[in-house]
Amino acid sequence: MFKIAKENLSALFRKIAGNRELYLPVKQAGQVNFAAWDEEAEVSLETLKTVKSGKDAFFPQCETLYTCKKEGKKIQIQAADRKEQDFVVFGMKACDVQGVKVLDNVFLSEPVDSFYASRREHGTIVALACNEPEESCFCKVFGIDAAEPAADVAAWLIDGELFWQPLTEKGEALTEEVRELLEDTEDGEVTEAKAAIRGIMDRLPNANLSLEGWNGEATQEKFDSPIWNDLYKACLGCGTCTFVCPTCQCYDIKDYTTSNGVQRYRCWDSCMFSDFTMMAHGNNRTSQLQRFRQRFMHKLVYYPANNNGMYSCVGCGRCVEKCPSGLNIVKVIKAFQGGDK
Amino acid sequence: MQELMGRARELLENGTVARVLGWRAGDQSYNPEPAFFENAVELEKLVYDGFCGANLSKYMIEASKLEGKTLVFLKPCDTYSFNQLIKEHRVDREKAYIIGVGCRGKLDMDQIRNQGIKGILNVSGTELQGPDEITVETIYGTKTVSYASAMLSRCHVCKGKDHVIYDELLGESADTKDADRFDEVAAIEAMTSEERFAFFRKELSKCIRCNACRNVCPACSCRKCVFDSTKFDSAQKANADSFEENMFHIIRAFHVAGRCTDCGECSRVCPQGIPLHLFNRKFIKDINTFYGEFQAGADIQEKGPLTNYTFEDVEPGIVAERG
Repeated sequence: MFKIAKENLSALFRKIAGNRELYLPVKQAGQVNFAAWDEEAEVSLETLKTVKSGKDAFFPQCETLYTCKKEGKKIQIQAADRKEQDFVVFGMKACDVQGVKVLDNVFLSEPVDSFYASRREHGTIVALACNEPEESCFCKVFGIDAAEPAADVAAWLIDGELFWQPLTEKGEALTEEVRELLEDTEDGEVTEAKAAIRGIMDRLPNANLSLEGWNGEATQEKFDSPIWNDLYKACLGCGTCTFVCPTCQCYDIKDYTTSNGVQRYRCWDSCMFSDFTMMAHGNNRTSQLQRFRQRFMHKLVYYPANNNGMYSCVGCGRCVEKCPSGLNIVKVIKAFQGGDK
Repeated sequence: MQELMGRARELLENGTVARVLGWRAGDQSYNPEPAFFENAVELEKLVYDGFCGANLSKYMIEASKLEGKTLVFLKPCDTYSFNQLIKEHRVDREKAYIIGVGCRGKLDMDQIRNQGIKGILNVSGTELQGPDEITVETIYGTKTVSYASAMLSRCHVCKGKDHVIYDELLGESADTKDADRFDEVAAIEAMTSEERFAFFRKELSKCIRCNACRNVCPACSCRKCVFDSTKFDSAQKANADSFEENMFHIIRAFHVAGRCTDCGECSRVCPQGIPLHLFNRKFIKDINTFYGEFQAGADIQEKGPLTNYTFEDVEPGIVAERG
């Protein structure tokens, strides 16, 4: 275990950014999101939840795959570069780290997504424990420990000091790079902090939500349930829940036409959108009920069915806070238990 | 709330309406959701308190296609949206039974959280007749904040207590206006054009193209939005060029100009806190300056200044003259 005084964090960031790109929670126009560090960046490590989860570091909302350029009668096709430079994502939370594991199962299984794989290869995650989980948090339900993020380096902000524990080879390598700024320390304070965090988590309203009945075998029963009809009606069909989600992984591929060529890019898609998975024959989900159901079935039934029971919700609670209509996965889970909707 | 529930039950039972459109209690005290109710049992979950900010007018587009009348609860500001939708032939007046409900401003959880309140278990005192202070129970103890300090920003520039369309009224409204709605616009007008450009680029660069602003907007009621069309490059979702993203909001603001009632839903729902209402309000301010005071949705007869030609209209050159 190592530690560094909070006032020396700028030096730490400068040191990391000297060798690698560094992404961390930065406040811009009043909102905190992951952004590249520079000397002027208003870093906000105290923010419990960035608006977006930080999955952009590995799976950006929008990225060009290749570019076609036309010069006279010649057409040049240029593939976009894969990530070749090492980078660090600093300040993800335990839920967000689990979110990356959800993405791994999708993008690193055959056929491997080389854009994603190159970012995973070059990225090192330093994750922060959540000092004060909030009412929208329910990561514990999915077996995630907010007090002990399972990243390359786990870190804790305690009383003006950042505690630092490398957990993987990548984490060790990063620690070596910044070793001169860190001092050795004992585990005592961190052990206490962990207990305090778990104590807070236990008192939050959704921390002990039951997932009974939600599993990979529940497809038919859940799909056919009349309950959906009662749940979806307020849904505006916007993409807020999907775009703030650390695990939503669907994307669309589109062309951006310029005067002398085309950029083929991919961008996050949302199962809430009317043209989601639109094919030549039309759309296989023609109503908002079907689209709404898709999202929750994917998180709690389809994904577990294909990934040894692992859920693709991590309980970060962003959708709980952000849905314009007050709908969310917690309400869905509760509704199926016959409780409050 | 009991009053609303009782009246809704009566109107359902005597057959005046086939369903009720209101707000249903959430799993927490602060997250009700818009919902339809079809019987007395469902109505037990009807709620009306400070967290019922959602404007129900737009849901009436779908409800207008159903058999029978729908009872809809509208707050004073929501009724402007409803009128505008009538004017645009998007809702059917005959299919609506409107109960104008009192309002003392609606609450914003972010405003409560921004006061440093965490670990919230329950929020009380938010009902229409409630106290000036709301009580927030948290895992760290009980806190109180003033109702006004927790209001949505739109309520600080409230259009007024009057419902502009209704079949009956229930509940008293309170004055919540404590600022001029054009102050924010004037502050932006006072910037240099470079500062203004930088301001909007900074705000709009946060946009994640979730389309929540468009989807919630009662003025955005096209059956098929140009941004959802697969026939154009204007399709929704994040685009390869950030300028394209910014244009989405500009185009939308132009499209709703003269029809936007300033209900403020766009800014309420934006997950990135972009003050989208500023675009619309700038148009409203300009319309007022060029054509005389105009409030979209104030009535269903008057022609909008941008859809009505008169010889007194300003010349397009006004834009260049004014700078």
